[in-house]
Amino acid sequence: MRITRTASAVLFAAMMALPVGAAAQTLTIGLQAEPSSIDPHYHNLTPNNALLRDIFDRLILPDETQQLKPGLAESWKALDDLTWEIKLRQGVKFHDGSPFTADDVLFTFERAPNVPNSPSSFAIYVKNKKVTKVDDHTIHITTEKPYPLMPNDLSTFSIISKKHGEGASTGDYNSGKAAIGTGPYKFVEWVPGDRIILQRNEDYWGDKPAYDKVVIKPIKSGPARVAALLAGDVDFIDNVPTVDINRLKKEGKVNVMDSISNRVIYLHLDQFRDDSPFVKANGGGAIKNPIRDVRVRRAMSMAINRDAIVERVMEGIAIPAGQLLPKGFFGVSPNLKPVKYDPAGAKKLLAEAGVPDGFELTVHGPNDRYINDAKICEAVAQMLTRVGIKTKVETMTKSVFFKRASRGGPDNTPEFSLVLVGWGAGTGEASSPLKSLLMTYDKSKGYGASNRGRYSNPEMDAIVVQALSTVDDAKRQDLLAKATEIAMNDVGLIPLHYQISTWASRKGVAFKARTDESTVISTIYPN
Amino acid sequence: MSVFIIRRLMQSVLVIAIMGALVFFAVNVVGDPVDMLVNPEADQAEVERVLHALGLDRPLHEQFWFFVKNALRGDMGDSFIFGEPALKLIVQRIPATFELAVAALIMAVVVGIPCGVYAGLKPEARTSKAIMAGSILGFSLPTFWVGLMMIMVFAVMLGWLPSTGRGDTVQVMGIEVSFLTLDGLSHLVMPALNLALFKMSLVVRLARAGTREIVHQDYIKFARAKGVSEGRIILVHLMKNILIPVVTVLGLEFGNLIAFSVVTETVFAWPGMGKLIIDAINNLDRPIVVAYLMITVILFVTINLVVDIIYSLLDPRVRLGDLKR
Repeated sequence: MRITRTASAVLFAAMMALPVGAAAQTLTIGLQAEPSSIDPHYHNLTPNNALLRDIFDRLILPDETQQLKPGLAESWKALDDLTWEIKLRQGVKFHDGSPFTADDVLFTFERAPNVPNSPSSFAIYVKNKKVTKVDDHTIHITTEKPYPLMPNDLSTFSIISKKHGEGASTGDYNSGKAAIGTGPYKFVEWVPGDRIILQRNEDYWGDKPAYDKVVIKPIKSGPARVAALLAGDVDFIDNVPTVDINRLKKEGKVNVMDSISNRVIYLHLDQFRDDSPFVKANGGGAIKNPIRDVRVRRAMSMAINRDAIVERVMEGIAIPAGQLLPKGFFGVSPNLKPVKYDPAGAKKLLAEAGVPDGFELTVHGPNDRYINDAKICEAVAQMLTRVGIKTKVETMTKSVFFKRASRGGPDNTPEFSLVLVGWGAGTGEASSPLKSLLMTYDKSKGYGASNRGRYSNPEMDAIVVQALSTVDDAKRQDLLAKATEIAMNDVGLIPLHYQISTWASRKGVAFKARTDESTVISTIYPN
Repeated sequence: MSVFIIRRLMQSVLVIAIMGALVFFAVNVVGDPVDMLVNPEADQAEVERVLHALGLDRPLHEQFWFFVKNALRGDMGDSFIFGEPALKLIVQRIPATFELAVAALIMAVVVGIPCGVYAGLKPEARTSKAIMAGSILGFSLPTFWVGLMMIMVFAVMLGWLPSTGRGDTVQVMGIEVSFLTLDGLSHLVMPALNLALFKMSLVVRLARAGTREIVHQDYIKFARAKGVSEGRIILVHLMKNILIPVVTVLGLEFGNLIAFSVVTETVFAWPGMGKLIIDAINNLDRPIVVAYLMITVILFVTINLVVDIIYSLLDPRVRLGDLKR
């Protein structure tokens, strides 16, 4: 009850005997998703990573636009193509007062890929790296092949204390016993489904966060999250439902913050089967898959009115896309613009490709994964139908969709002919989507893991491989941009739009809106 | 009596065994949890590691055999997502859900029975008509909508009650309960009322129908003629006889309250089992789904058993009838 809450706050303040004005400040936030663990190496999942980087620092900390900033590493440089030297920050203490040294980093490299029962490990960032201690505050990391993404990889996982982490299980982290990091917040308590409580680390090496205590409440339902903010039960929420954003902005009772995200929503097209299961001739007969013809793919891209999708379906909360990452990210091409809406041109291209009357197609998508995903599928289908490609829509829950889209067909091939999916570049640069979505599917090398259209262009593959071993930033940027241009010219996939992430807070609380869809609590501040 | 109970127990065990097999196979043909668990950036090797670690690379019948062996020892497997025993995760959430369900049940009975009896005794009164109209609303309005409206009115506009969450808890015999603190109680009111609305309407209707029927019975007329006070007639003679259908239905509905308070728990962010199960279904956390459904089955079977026993206490004819067969 409001009265008791105020009363207890007053009582608390009185007990603490704090001077008026500098009263103990508690920040209460409502988040859509709860982390699955407090163990920073248990589950490589956005809600976990976003929260746990505030308890356990990383060597390198990505800032709000995913630029790499020094964390526990003061500096990093490539000594040669195969060796990186990392200088560690001096004088940093863990929450229990023990000092942070190179041994903790070595221990982290050992533990991160090997957590038992981990449903998604950090092995992908740790493997193929050999770490050696030079002195207490210097380490060398060597690789067998030149590896330019070293700093990006080092910005993805948290450093834990060797003293507390040795022999500790995931349960020991969840209970708080081993949850001792160097971050701006100390872990206090986790009651699953109910709350997580954090306390400010008064000895933090960097900028100290503004709030003494943080209470995190998982509120899954979007309307309930907005109501909790309006009712004053929470000070801050993430993922504001798109239908509420314009109203909240107009009413002006709360702040709404947004940022373009690194997530592109795109269509993958079946480019590897002549007989594609969801491509039919007009009337339902068999047809040689016309999508394998680049002119047809180009026509499909031209038939889609991206501005209309952004304006009508996304209520303005998205940005039309012409490549894999928005402007400002590493590796994007300055030459690529969103493909212009041109239904007449699309029809002409279809005629040139020998399908003047179009064909029948089904677009598949999830209906509970991306913002307005099912509605986007419907809009795309209508637009394709307008140029003659009669398109049906089938959407399903994500847990069913991803299995079928990735390996629902015979021999674990993708089942569908046209799918709507999204991709967030975790590393914040273009090699991530190029490698996973567009490189030729190759299980042994780990390329094309999410290439659900099986696009394949050896020329582009070669350029990406070269980029992945080019340590020089300027050269790599050019190579990635060139690879993107080739793939977009081939219409390896059809980018639709970049999502915009949103947060809202009561007046007096602000947040640096981020591109990586993460709510980093230490960057919430009073204003 | 004991023959009655033993026969019922054997039926119950059979039902549980059949449900176990059904639930396991049904849950295991839907989707693939790996896609929900593994970070999209992971390569094919990592996907295979996870498949192996979770035992999903083995044939389904082997997985089932493994499940049965463990289930007989009371181990329902570890949650894919949390990595902890599924049973432990569910049991952790039981007090919150139980508290909500009991509060809702009490509200339904305390409000529903007097209203229903009143409406049955004075069917033509305006108040009675209002009660009956209200019960139709209680039946037909969707729970999530009523929940959101209550939040809008009482939390956002009036600011009387907190919008979501559970509030302060205290430990009673090692169990966290919130109804003993003022803050906890204020958090409990809205979700409990939201959950109770439907049951309340149900009780009103049952109590009214029962009252209408019984009030014309000879023994009530005789009691009246004998000069028994109206209060005693209602409380003793009438109540006792309308309670049988009410107890039956509430018994079953109590199981529903516990097992399927999903909507209310989601709207009010109540940290109970319902919220856990809905997340588990969304993310294909199979061990939790299976364990939860098994608990639900056992719960319903037990409640039915208890209801049967209460029946036989309330009405000797049930007991005797069963023995004669």
